[in-house]
Amino acid sequence: MFDTSPQTLPAAAGIGFKSQHFAGLMDAPGPVRWLEIHAENYMGAGGRPLAQLRALAERFPISVHGVGLSIGGDRPLDRDHLARLRHLCDWLNPASFSEHLAWSTHDTGFLNDLLPLPYTAATLARVAEHIDMVQDALGHPMLLENPSTYLAFAESDWSEVDFLAELSRRTGCGLLLDVNNVFVSAVNQGTDPRAYIDAFPMHTVCEIHLGGHDDDADDTGRPLLIDSHGRPVADPVWTLYAETVAQAGPKPTLIEWDTDVPPLPELIAEAGRAAAILTPETVS
Amino acid sequence: MTDQPAFAAALMDPAQTAPAHLLNPFGGPAGKRFDVYRNNVAVSLTEALETGFPTVRKLVGAEFFRAMAGVFLRANPPEDPRLMLYGAKFPGFLARFDPVRHLPYLPDAARLDLGLRQSYHAADAPPFDTRGLDPAAVMALRPRLAPATLVLSSRFPVFSIWRANAEAHAPRPGTAPEDVLIARKGFDPAPHLLPPGGLTLARALKGRLTLAEAMARTLADHPEADFAALLTLVFTSGALTLHP
Repeated sequence: MFDTSPQTLPAAAGIGFKSQHFAGLMDAPGPVRWLEIHAENYMGAGGRPLAQLRALAERFPISVHGVGLSIGGDRPLDRDHLARLRHLCDWLNPASFSEHLAWSTHDTGFLNDLLPLPYTAATLARVAEHIDMVQDALGHPMLLENPSTYLAFAESDWSEVDFLAELSRRTGCGLLLDVNNVFVSAVNQGTDPRAYIDAFPMHTVCEIHLGGHDDDADDTGRPLLIDSHGRPVADPVWTLYAETVAQAGPKPTLIEWDTDVPPLPELIAEAGRAAAILTPETVS
Repeated sequence: MTDQPAFAAALMDPAQTAPAHLLNPFGGPAGKRFDVYRNNVAVSLTEALETGFPTVRKLVGAEFFRAMAGVFLRANPPEDPRLMLYGAKFPGFLARFDPVRHLPYLPDAARLDLGLRQSYHAADAPPFDTRGLDPAAVMALRPRLAPATLVLSSRFPVFSIWRANAEAHAPRPGTAPEDVLIARKGFDPAPHLLPPGGLTLARALKGRLTLAEAMARTLADHPEADFAALLTLVFTSGALTLHP
Protein backbone atom coordinates (compact mmCIF):
# COMPACT_ATOMS: atom_id res chain seq x y z
CA MET A 1 0.00 0.00 0.00
CA PHE A 2 2.70 2.50 1.02
CA ASP A 3 6.34 3.04 0.19
CA THR A 4 8.09 0.11 1.81
CA SER A 5 11.45 1.80 2.33
CA PRO A 6 12.38 2.05 6.01
CA GLN A 7 11.17 5.25 7.64
CA THR A 8 12.25 6.87 10.86
CA LEU A 9 10.67 9.50 13.06
CA PRO A 10 12.38 12.89 12.71
CA ALA A 11 14.01 14.39 15.82
CA ALA A 12 11.20 16.95 15.84
CA ALA A 13 7.81 17.51 17.44
CA GLY A 14 4.77 15.30 16.79
CA ILE A 15 1.28 15.06 18.27
CA GLY A 16 -1.15 12.27 19.03
CA PHE A 17 -3.64 12.26 16.14
CA LYS A 18 -7.33 12.84 16.84
CA SER A 19 -9.91 12.47 14.07
CA GLN A 20 -11.34 15.98 14.57
CA HIS A 21 -7.94 17.53 13.74
CA PHE A 22 -7.61 15.82 10.36
CA ALA A 23 -8.47 18.79 8.10
CA GLY A 24 -6.43 21.24 10.18
CA LEU A 25 -3.34 19.05 10.12
CA MET A 26 -3.55 18.44 6.38
CA ASP A 27 -3.95 22.18 5.90
CA ALA A 28 -1.48 23.79 8.30
CA PRO A 29 0.51 21.44 10.55
CA GLY A 30 2.85 24.19 11.78
CA PRO A 31 5.73 22.64 13.75
CA VAL A 32 4.05 19.19 13.77
CA ARG A 33 6.34 16.94 11.73
CA TRP A 34 4.97 13.51 12.59
CA LEU A 35 1.91 11.86 14.13
CA GLU A 36 1.22 9.05 16.53
CA ILE A 37 -1.89 6.87 16.46
CA HIS A 38 -3.24 4.31 18.90
CA ALA A 39 -3.02 1.00 17.06
CA GLU A 40 -6.29 -0.38 18.42
CA ASN A 41 -8.35 2.48 16.96
CA TYR A 42 -7.31 1.43 13.45
CA MET A 43 -8.17 -2.24 13.62
CA GLY A 44 -11.55 -1.85 11.95
CA ALA A 45 -12.26 -3.03 8.42
CA GLY A 46 -12.63 0.39 6.79
CA GLY A 47 -14.47 3.68 6.96
CA ARG A 48 -13.20 7.10 7.98
CA PRO A 49 -10.44 6.02 10.42
CA LEU A 50 -8.50 4.06 7.81
CA ALA A 51 -9.19 6.62 5.07
CA GLN A 52 -7.81 9.41 7.24
CA LEU A 53 -4.80 7.32 8.18
CA ARG A 54 -4.09 6.54 4.52
CA ALA A 55 -4.09 10.26 3.68
CA LEU A 56 -2.01 11.21 6.73
CA ALA A 57 0.59 8.53 6.00
CA GLU A 58 1.26 10.05 2.60
CA ARG A 59 2.16 13.30 4.30
CA PHE A 60 3.63 12.48 7.73
CA PRO A 61 5.81 9.76 9.26
CA ILE A 62 3.46 7.77 11.52
CA SER A 63 4.25 6.19 14.86
CA VAL A 64 1.95 3.31 15.83
CA HIS A 65 1.51 3.18 19.60
CA GLY A 66 -0.17 0.09 21.02
CA VAL A 67 -2.21 0.18 24.21
CA GLY A 68 -3.54 -3.38 24.25
CA LEU A 69 -0.79 -5.96 23.81
CA SER A 70 -0.39 -6.55 27.56
CA ILE A 71 3.36 -7.13 27.22
CA GLY A 72 3.69 -7.23 31.00
CA GLY A 73 0.93 -9.82 31.32
CA ASP A 74 1.57 -13.09 33.15
CA ARG A 75 -0.01 -15.13 30.35
CA PRO A 76 0.97 -15.66 26.72
CA LEU A 77 0.47 -12.76 24.32
CA ASP A 78 -2.88 -12.76 22.51
CA ARG A 79 -1.87 -14.17 19.13
CA ASP A 80 -4.98 -12.83 17.42
CA HIS A 81 -4.19 -9.34 18.62
CA LEU A 82 -0.59 -9.67 17.55
CA ALA A 83 -1.79 -10.76 14.10
CA ARG A 84 -4.07 -7.69 13.89
CA LEU A 85 -1.13 -5.50 14.82
CA ARG A 86 1.05 -7.10 12.20
CA HIS A 87 -1.70 -6.61 9.62
CA LEU A 88 -1.90 -2.89 10.46
CA CYS A 89 1.89 -2.42 10.38
CA ASP A 90 2.25 -4.38 7.12
CA TRP A 91 -0.35 -2.11 5.52
CA LEU A 92 0.92 1.17 6.96
CA ASN A 93 4.71 0.66 7.11
CA PRO A 94 4.93 3.00 10.12
CA ALA A 95 8.14 4.74 11.16
CA SER A 96 7.91 3.20 14.61
CA PHE A 97 5.93 0.80 16.78
CA SER A 98 5.84 1.21 20.55
CA GLU A 99 4.09 -0.38 23.52
CA HIS A 100 4.10 -0.12 27.31
CA LEU A 101 5.81 -1.84 30.18
CA ALA A 102 2.41 -2.75 31.61
CA TRP A 103 -0.36 -5.34 31.42
CA SER A 104 -4.03 -4.91 30.56
CA THR A 105 -5.52 -8.32 29.84
CA HIS A 106 -6.27 -11.29 32.06
CA ASP A 107 -8.61 -14.27 31.87
CA THR A 108 -11.89 -12.38 32.00
CA GLY A 109 -11.00 -9.74 29.45
CA PHE A 110 -9.31 -6.49 28.51
CA LEU A 111 -9.20 -3.97 31.37
CA ASN A 112 -8.32 -0.87 29.30
CA ASP A 113 -5.68 0.46 31.63
CA LEU A 114 -1.89 0.21 31.82
CA LEU A 115 -1.49 -1.89 34.96
CA PRO A 116 1.79 -2.15 36.88
CA LEU A 117 4.07 -5.12 37.36
CA PRO A 118 6.78 -5.89 39.92
CA TYR A 119 10.36 -5.64 38.73
CA THR A 120 11.89 -9.07 39.41
CA ALA A 121 14.07 -11.55 37.52
CA ALA A 122 10.96 -13.59 36.71
CA THR A 123 8.95 -10.69 35.26
CA LEU A 124 12.04 -9.53 33.37
CA ALA A 125 12.37 -12.92 31.65
CA ARG A 126 8.68 -12.99 30.75
CA VAL A 127 8.54 -9.44 29.38
CA ALA A 128 11.71 -10.12 27.35
CA GLU A 129 10.06 -13.20 25.86
CA HIS A 130 6.98 -11.16 24.93
CA ILE A 131 9.10 -8.43 23.32
CA ASP A 132 10.92 -11.10 21.29
CA MET A 133 7.55 -12.42 20.07
CA VAL A 134 6.39 -8.95 19.03
CA GLN A 135 9.65 -8.19 17.23
CA ASP A 136 9.54 -11.57 15.48
CA ALA A 137 5.96 -10.90 14.36
CA LEU A 138 6.67 -7.36 13.13
CA GLY A 139 10.08 -8.09 11.67
CA HIS A 140 11.77 -5.09 13.32
CA PRO A 141 12.57 -3.71 16.76
CA MET A 142 9.85 -2.14 18.88
CA LEU A 143 10.07 0.61 21.50
CA LEU A 144 9.05 0.02 25.11
CA GLU A 145 7.71 2.87 27.24
CA ASN A 146 8.35 3.53 30.94
CA PRO A 147 5.06 3.60 32.88
CA SER A 148 3.42 6.03 35.29
CA THR A 149 3.19 4.25 38.62
CA TYR A 150 1.04 4.93 41.65
CA LEU A 151 2.09 2.17 44.02
CA ALA A 152 4.96 -0.20 44.75
CA PHE A 153 5.30 -3.99 44.90
CA ALA A 154 6.75 -5.66 47.98
CA GLU A 155 8.58 -8.18 45.77
CA SER A 156 10.30 -5.72 43.36
CA ASP A 157 14.09 -6.03 43.55
CA TRP A 158 15.12 -4.23 40.34
CA SER A 159 15.01 -0.49 39.78
CA GLU A 160 12.77 0.52 36.88
CA VAL A 161 15.68 2.06 34.96
CA ASP A 162 17.82 -1.08 35.33
CA PHE A 163 14.82 -3.23 34.38
CA LEU A 164 14.21 -1.25 31.17
CA ALA A 165 17.93 -1.10 30.31
CA GLU A 166 18.27 -4.85 30.75
CA LEU A 167 15.17 -5.48 28.59
CA SER A 168 16.68 -3.35 25.83
CA ARG A 169 20.01 -5.16 26.16
CA ARG A 170 18.40 -8.63 26.02
CA THR A 171 15.90 -8.01 23.23
CA GLY A 172 17.43 -5.20 21.19
CA CYS A 173 14.26 -3.15 21.63
CA GLY A 174 14.50 0.63 21.81
CA LEU A 175 13.03 2.64 24.68
CA LEU A 176 10.37 5.32 24.63
CA LEU A 177 11.09 7.75 27.43
CA ASP A 178 7.91 9.39 28.72
CA VAL A 179 9.23 12.36 30.67
CA ASN A 180 5.83 13.09 32.21
CA ASN A 181 5.68 9.48 33.42
CA VAL A 182 9.15 9.90 34.94
CA PHE A 183 7.97 12.97 36.82
CA VAL A 184 4.62 11.45 37.88
CA SER A 185 6.24 8.22 39.11
CA ALA A 186 9.07 10.04 40.93
CA VAL A 187 6.63 12.24 42.85
CA ASN A 188 4.41 9.24 43.59
CA GLN A 189 7.33 7.03 44.66
CA GLY A 190 9.17 9.76 46.56
CA THR A 191 12.25 9.56 44.32
CA ASP A 192 14.26 12.08 42.32
CA PRO A 193 13.20 12.47 38.66
CA ARG A 194 16.64 13.90 37.74
CA ALA A 195 18.39 10.85 39.13
CA TYR A 196 16.09 8.70 36.94
CA ILE A 197 16.98 10.73 33.84
CA ASP A 198 20.71 10.70 34.73
CA ALA A 199 20.65 6.90 35.04
CA PHE A 200 18.52 6.27 31.94
CA PRO A 201 20.29 4.57 29.00
CA MET A 202 19.81 7.49 26.59
CA HIS A 203 21.54 5.70 23.69
CA THR A 204 18.50 3.36 23.53
CA VAL A 205 15.90 6.18 23.50
CA CYS A 206 14.21 6.56 20.10
CA GLU A 207 11.22 8.67 21.15
CA ILE A 208 10.09 10.95 23.98
CA HIS A 209 6.53 11.49 25.24
CA LEU A 210 5.20 14.58 26.99
CA GLY A 211 1.71 14.87 28.42
CA GLY A 212 -0.31 16.52 31.16
CA HIS A 213 -1.06 15.13 34.63
CA ASP A 214 -3.56 15.85 37.41
CA ASP A 215 -2.70 16.61 41.04
CA ASP A 216 -4.24 14.57 43.83
CA ALA A 217 -3.22 13.24 47.26
CA ASP A 218 -3.10 9.74 48.74
CA ASP A 219 -4.70 8.58 52.03
CA THR A 220 -1.76 9.96 54.02
CA GLY A 221 -1.91 13.39 52.36
CA ARG A 222 1.19 12.80 50.22
CA PRO A 223 1.00 14.15 46.66
CA LEU A 224 -0.37 11.67 44.14
CA LEU A 225 -0.03 12.68 40.50
CA ILE A 226 -2.34 11.06 37.94
CA ASP A 227 -1.18 10.57 34.34
CA SER A 228 -4.38 11.89 32.74
CA HIS A 229 -3.24 13.28 29.34
CA GLY A 230 -6.00 15.84 29.76
CA ARG A 231 -4.18 19.18 30.13
CA PRO A 232 -1.01 21.04 29.05
CA VAL A 233 2.40 19.66 29.97
CA ALA A 234 3.29 20.89 33.48
CA ASP A 235 6.16 23.37 33.95
CA PRO A 236 8.43 21.02 35.96
CA VAL A 237 7.99 18.42 33.19
CA TRP A 238 9.11 20.98 30.59
CA THR A 239 12.19 21.66 32.72
CA LEU A 240 12.93 17.96 33.03
CA TYR A 241 12.43 17.57 29.27
CA ALA A 242 14.90 20.38 28.51
CA GLU A 243 17.43 18.66 30.79
CA THR A 244 16.76 15.36 29.02
CA VAL A 245 17.35 16.91 25.59
CA ALA A 246 20.52 18.59 26.87
CA GLN A 247 21.75 15.19 28.03
CA ALA A 248 20.50 12.95 25.21
CA GLY A 249 20.40 15.30 22.22
CA PRO A 250 17.26 15.94 20.16
CA LYS A 251 14.80 13.01 19.95
CA PRO A 252 11.40 12.67 18.25
CA THR A 253 9.05 14.20 20.85
CA LEU A 254 5.31 13.62 21.09
CA ILE A 255 2.66 15.76 22.75
CA GLU A 256 -0.01 13.39 24.11
CA TRP A 257 -3.47 14.75 24.88
CA ASP A 258 -6.17 12.06 25.05
CA THR A 259 -8.98 13.34 27.29
CA ASP A 260 -10.71 16.74 27.04
CA VAL A 261 -8.84 17.08 23.74
CA PRO A 262 -8.39 20.80 22.89
CA PRO A 263 -8.70 22.46 19.47
CA LEU A 264 -5.70 21.85 17.20
CA PRO A 265 -4.07 25.29 17.75
CA GLU A 266 -3.52 24.46 21.42
CA LEU A 267 -1.79 21.19 20.50
CA ILE A 268 0.27 22.98 17.86
CA ALA A 269 1.36 25.50 20.51
CA GLU A 270 2.51 22.65 22.79
CA ALA A 271 4.34 21.04 19.86
CA GLY A 272 5.96 24.43 19.15
CA ARG A 273 7.21 24.59 22.72
CA ALA A 274 8.83 21.16 22.32
CA ALA A 275 10.27 22.16 18.93
CA ALA A 276 11.84 25.25 20.46
CA ILE A 277 13.66 23.07 23.00
CA LEU A 278 14.70 20.56 20.32
CA THR A 279 16.12 23.17 17.91
CA PRO A 280 16.49 26.46 19.77
CA GLU A 281 18.20 28.23 16.85
CA THR A 282 15.15 27.91 14.56
CA VAL A 283 12.66 29.52 16.94
CA SER A 284 10.83 32.29 15.17
CA MET B 1 5.58 -14.57 40.12
CA THR B 2 2.98 -11.86 40.07
CA ASP B 3 -0.57 -12.29 41.14
CA GLN B 4 -2.37 -10.65 38.26
CA PRO B 5 -5.64 -12.60 38.69
CA ALA B 6 -5.96 -11.28 42.27
CA PHE B 7 -5.03 -7.76 41.09
CA ALA B 8 -7.67 -7.95 38.35
CA ALA B 9 -10.34 -9.35 40.69
CA ALA B 10 -9.77 -6.56 43.23
CA LEU B 11 -9.75 -4.02 40.38
CA MET B 12 -13.23 -5.03 39.29
CA ASP B 13 -14.71 -5.34 42.80
CA PRO B 14 -14.78 -2.05 44.75
CA ALA B 15 -15.73 -3.98 47.91
CA GLN B 16 -12.33 -5.75 48.01
CA THR B 17 -9.26 -4.17 49.55
CA ALA B 18 -6.09 -3.95 47.45
CA PRO B 19 -3.91 -7.11 47.48
CA ALA B 20 -1.47 -7.03 50.42
CA HIS B 21 1.75 -7.10 48.36
CA LEU B 22 0.82 -3.72 46.84
CA LEU B 23 2.29 -0.91 48.88
CA ASN B 24 2.26 2.76 49.36
CA PRO B 25 5.98 3.37 48.48
CA PHE B 26 6.47 4.80 51.98
CA GLY B 27 5.70 1.45 53.60
CA GLY B 28 1.94 1.47 54.17
CA PRO B 29 -0.85 -0.32 52.30
CA ALA B 30 -1.63 0.89 48.75
CA GLY B 31 -5.08 2.25 49.73
CA LYS B 32 -6.21 5.08 47.48
CA ARG B 33 -3.27 4.46 45.15
CA PHE B 34 -4.87 1.21 44.04
CA ASP B 35 -8.11 3.11 43.48
CA VAL B 36 -6.37 5.12 40.73
CA TYR B 37 -6.25 1.94 38.61
CA ARG B 38 -9.79 0.98 39.64
CA ASN B 39 -11.01 4.40 38.63
CA ASN B 40 -9.13 4.39 35.31
CA VAL B 41 -10.73 1.09 34.31
CA ALA B 42 -14.28 2.02 35.32
CA VAL B 43 -14.16 5.56 33.91
CA SER B 44 -12.55 4.64 30.59
CA LEU B 45 -14.95 1.76 29.93
CA THR B 46 -17.94 3.84 31.02
CA GLU B 47 -16.86 6.55 28.58
CA ALA B 48 -16.57 3.97 25.81
CA LEU B 49 -20.16 2.89 26.50
CA GLU B 50 -21.38 6.51 26.71
CA THR B 51 -19.83 7.25 23.32
CA GLY B 52 -21.14 4.02 21.85
CA PHE B 53 -24.74 4.20 23.08
CA PRO B 54 -25.87 7.84 22.86
CA THR B 55 -29.55 6.96 22.29
CA VAL B 56 -29.71 4.66 25.32
CA ARG B 57 -27.97 7.32 27.40
CA LYS B 58 -30.52 9.95 26.40
CA LEU B 59 -33.39 7.58 27.11
CA VAL B 60 -32.30 6.71 30.66
CA GLY B 61 -30.42 9.90 31.57
CA ALA B 62 -26.67 10.44 32.02
CA GLU B 63 -26.51 9.59 35.72
CA PHE B 64 -28.53 6.39 35.49
CA PHE B 65 -26.51 5.37 32.42
CA ARG B 66 -23.22 5.73 34.32
CA ALA B 67 -24.48 3.57 37.16
CA MET B 68 -25.84 0.97 34.75
CA ALA B 69 -22.59 0.99 32.74
CA GLY B 70 -20.72 0.23 35.97
CA VAL B 71 -22.83 -2.89 36.50
CA PHE B 72 -22.38 -3.97 32.87
CA LEU B 73 -18.63 -3.42 32.61
CA ARG B 74 -17.86 -5.36 35.79
CA ALA B 75 -19.72 -8.39 34.47
CA ASN B 76 -18.67 -7.85 30.84
CA PRO B 77 -15.23 -6.31 30.41
CA PRO B 78 -14.13 -6.02 26.75
CA GLU B 79 -13.20 -9.34 25.17
CA ASP B 80 -10.25 -7.82 23.35
CA PRO B 81 -8.47 -4.44 23.10
CA ARG B 82 -10.56 -3.15 20.20
CA LEU B 83 -12.86 -0.81 22.13
CA MET B 84 -14.64 -0.02 18.85
CA LEU B 85 -16.30 -3.42 19.30
CA TYR B 86 -17.08 -3.01 23.00
CA GLY B 87 -20.70 -3.32 24.03
CA ALA B 88 -21.93 -6.02 21.63
CA LYS B 89 -23.48 -7.69 24.70
CA PHE B 90 -25.06 -4.48 25.98
CA PRO B 91 -28.44 -4.93 24.21
CA GLY B 92 -28.79 -8.43 25.70
CA PHE B 93 -27.79 -7.08 29.11
CA LEU B 94 -30.48 -4.38 28.88
CA ALA B 95 -33.10 -7.01 28.04
CA ARG B 96 -32.35 -8.77 31.34
CA PHE B 97 -31.56 -5.78 33.58
CA ASP B 98 -34.49 -5.42 36.00
CA PRO B 99 -34.25 -1.66 36.65
CA VAL B 100 -35.03 -0.96 32.96
CA ARG B 101 -37.76 -3.57 32.54
CA HIS B 102 -40.29 -0.74 32.12
CA LEU B 103 -38.43 0.37 28.95
CA PRO B 104 -38.88 -2.69 26.73
CA TYR B 105 -37.65 -0.84 23.63
CA LEU B 106 -34.25 -0.10 25.22
CA PRO B 107 -32.47 -3.22 23.83
CA ASP B 108 -33.51 -2.32 20.27
CA ALA B 109 -32.40 1.29 20.76
CA ALA B 110 -29.04 -0.15 21.87
CA ARG B 111 -28.93 -2.39 18.77
CA LEU B 112 -29.45 0.67 16.61
CA ASP B 113 -26.61 2.56 18.36
CA LEU B 114 -24.40 -0.50 18.01
CA GLY B 115 -25.34 -0.92 14.34
CA LEU B 116 -24.36 2.67 13.55
CA ARG B 117 -20.95 2.08 15.14
CA GLN B 118 -20.47 -1.21 13.27
CA SER B 119 -21.39 0.52 10.04
CA TYR B 120 -18.86 3.31 10.74
CA HIS B 121 -16.00 0.80 10.96
CA ALA B 122 -17.19 -1.59 8.24
CA ALA B 123 -15.19 -2.26 5.08
CA ASP B 124 -15.41 0.21 2.21
CA ALA B 125 -17.19 -0.89 -0.97
CA PRO B 126 -17.63 0.68 -4.39
CA PRO B 127 -20.99 2.46 -4.73
CA PHE B 128 -23.78 0.87 -6.74
CA ASP B 129 -23.44 2.92 -9.89
CA THR B 130 -26.13 2.57 -12.55
CA ARG B 131 -25.14 5.55 -14.68
CA GLY B 132 -25.45 4.86 -18.40
CA LEU B 133 -27.59 1.74 -17.94
CA ASP B 134 -31.16 1.49 -19.18
CA PRO B 135 -33.81 0.39 -16.63
CA ALA B 136 -33.92 -3.20 -17.95
CA ALA B 137 -30.17 -3.54 -17.54
CA VAL B 138 -30.38 -2.15 -14.00
CA MET B 139 -33.09 -4.70 -13.13
CA ALA B 140 -30.80 -7.51 -14.32
CA LEU B 141 -27.98 -6.46 -11.94
CA ARG B 142 -27.30 -8.40 -8.75
CA PRO B 143 -26.52 -5.72 -6.21
CA ARG B 144 -25.57 -6.81 -2.72
CA LEU B 145 -25.82 -5.01 0.58
CA ALA B 146 -22.63 -3.07 1.26
CA PRO B 147 -20.58 -4.26 4.27
CA ALA B 148 -21.64 -1.06 6.08
CA THR B 149 -25.35 -1.84 5.56
CA LEU B 150 -27.35 -3.36 8.42
CA VAL B 151 -31.03 -4.08 8.77
CA LEU B 152 -32.79 -4.02 12.14
CA SER B 153 -36.32 -5.29 12.64
CA SER B 154 -38.07 -4.15 15.80
CA ARG B 155 -41.36 -4.70 17.63
CA PHE B 156 -41.03 -1.04 18.66
CA PRO B 157 -40.93 2.29 16.79
CA VAL B 158 -37.15 2.19 17.10
CA PHE B 159 -36.41 4.57 14.22
CA SER B 160 -38.74 7.22 15.64
CA ILE B 161 -37.24 6.70 19.10
CA TRP B 162 -33.74 7.20 17.68
CA ARG B 163 -34.85 10.28 15.79
CA ALA B 164 -36.58 11.83 18.80
CA ASN B 165 -33.30 11.52 20.71
CA ALA B 166 -31.00 12.62 17.88
CA GLU B 167 -32.90 15.52 16.27
CA ALA B 168 -34.20 18.71 17.84
CA HIS B 169 -37.72 18.91 16.43
CA ALA B 170 -38.47 15.29 15.62
CA PRO B 171 -42.06 14.05 15.95
CA ARG B 172 -43.03 12.05 19.04
CA PRO B 173 -42.68 8.30 18.42
CA GLY B 174 -45.94 6.43 17.83
CA THR B 175 -46.51 2.81 18.75
CA ALA B 176 -46.26 0.94 15.43
CA PRO B 177 -43.26 -1.39 14.97
CA GLU B 178 -40.51 -0.10 12.67
CA ASP B 179 -37.74 -1.68 10.62
CA VAL B 180 -34.55 0.29 10.14
CA LEU B 181 -31.95 0.33 7.39
CA ILE B 182 -28.51 1.52 8.48
CA ALA B 183 -26.47 2.56 5.46
CA ARG B 184 -23.24 4.48 5.00
CA LYS B 185 -22.80 7.05 2.30
CA GLY B 186 -19.15 8.01 2.22
CA PHE B 187 -18.04 7.66 5.82
CA ASP B 188 -21.15 8.71 7.72
CA PRO B 189 -23.67 5.99 8.58
CA ALA B 190 -27.32 6.97 8.95
CA PRO B 191 -30.49 5.11 9.97
CA HIS B 192 -33.46 5.17 7.59
CA LEU B 193 -37.03 4.03 8.21
CA LEU B 194 -37.66 0.99 6.03
CA PRO B 195 -41.05 1.18 4.29
CA PRO B 196 -43.28 -1.93 4.02
CA GLY B 197 -41.51 -4.66 2.04
CA GLY B 198 -38.09 -3.18 2.77
CA LEU B 199 -37.00 -6.01 5.04
CA THR B 200 -38.00 -8.60 2.44
CA LEU B 201 -36.18 -6.70 -0.30
CA ALA B 202 -33.02 -6.45 1.81
CA ARG B 203 -33.12 -10.17 2.61
CA ALA B 204 -33.68 -11.03 -1.03
CA LEU B 205 -30.65 -8.97 -2.07
CA LYS B 206 -28.56 -10.80 0.51
CA GLY B 207 -29.55 -13.96 -1.37
CA ARG B 208 -27.79 -12.74 -4.53
CA LEU B 209 -30.96 -12.30 -6.57
CA THR B 210 -31.21 -9.86 -9.44
CA LEU B 211 -33.00 -6.64 -8.66
CA ALA B 212 -36.00 -7.84 -10.74
CA GLU B 213 -36.15 -11.15 -8.81
CA ALA B 214 -35.82 -9.40 -5.47
CA MET B 215 -38.65 -7.02 -6.39
CA ALA B 216 -40.87 -9.89 -7.49
CA ARG B 217 -40.29 -11.64 -4.17
CA THR B 218 -41.04 -8.44 -2.27
CA LEU B 219 -44.25 -7.90 -4.23
CA ALA B 220 -45.42 -11.45 -3.48
CA ASP B 221 -45.01 -10.86 0.26
CA HIS B 222 -46.02 -7.20 0.31
CA PRO B 223 -48.47 -6.31 -2.46
CA GLU B 224 -48.79 -2.87 -0.80
CA ALA B 225 -45.06 -2.12 -1.20
CA ASP B 226 -44.24 1.29 -2.64
CA PHE B 227 -41.42 0.41 -5.03
CA ALA B 228 -40.65 3.99 -6.00
CA ALA B 229 -39.96 4.82 -2.34
CA LEU B 230 -38.11 1.57 -1.68
CA LEU B 231 -35.83 1.81 -4.70
CA THR B 232 -35.13 5.49 -4.09
CA LEU B 233 -34.09 4.60 -0.55
CA VAL B 234 -31.81 1.70 -1.44
CA PHE B 235 -30.30 3.51 -4.43
CA THR B 236 -29.57 6.83 -2.67
CA SER B 237 -28.64 5.75 0.86
CA GLY B 238 -25.40 4.00 -0.03
CA ALA B 239 -26.92 0.66 1.02
CA LEU B 240 -25.93 -1.24 -2.13
CA THR B 241 -22.76 -2.26 -3.83
CA LEU B 242 -22.16 -4.39 -6.91
CA HIS B 243 -21.32 -8.06 -6.73
CA PRO B 244 -17.59 -8.54 -7.20
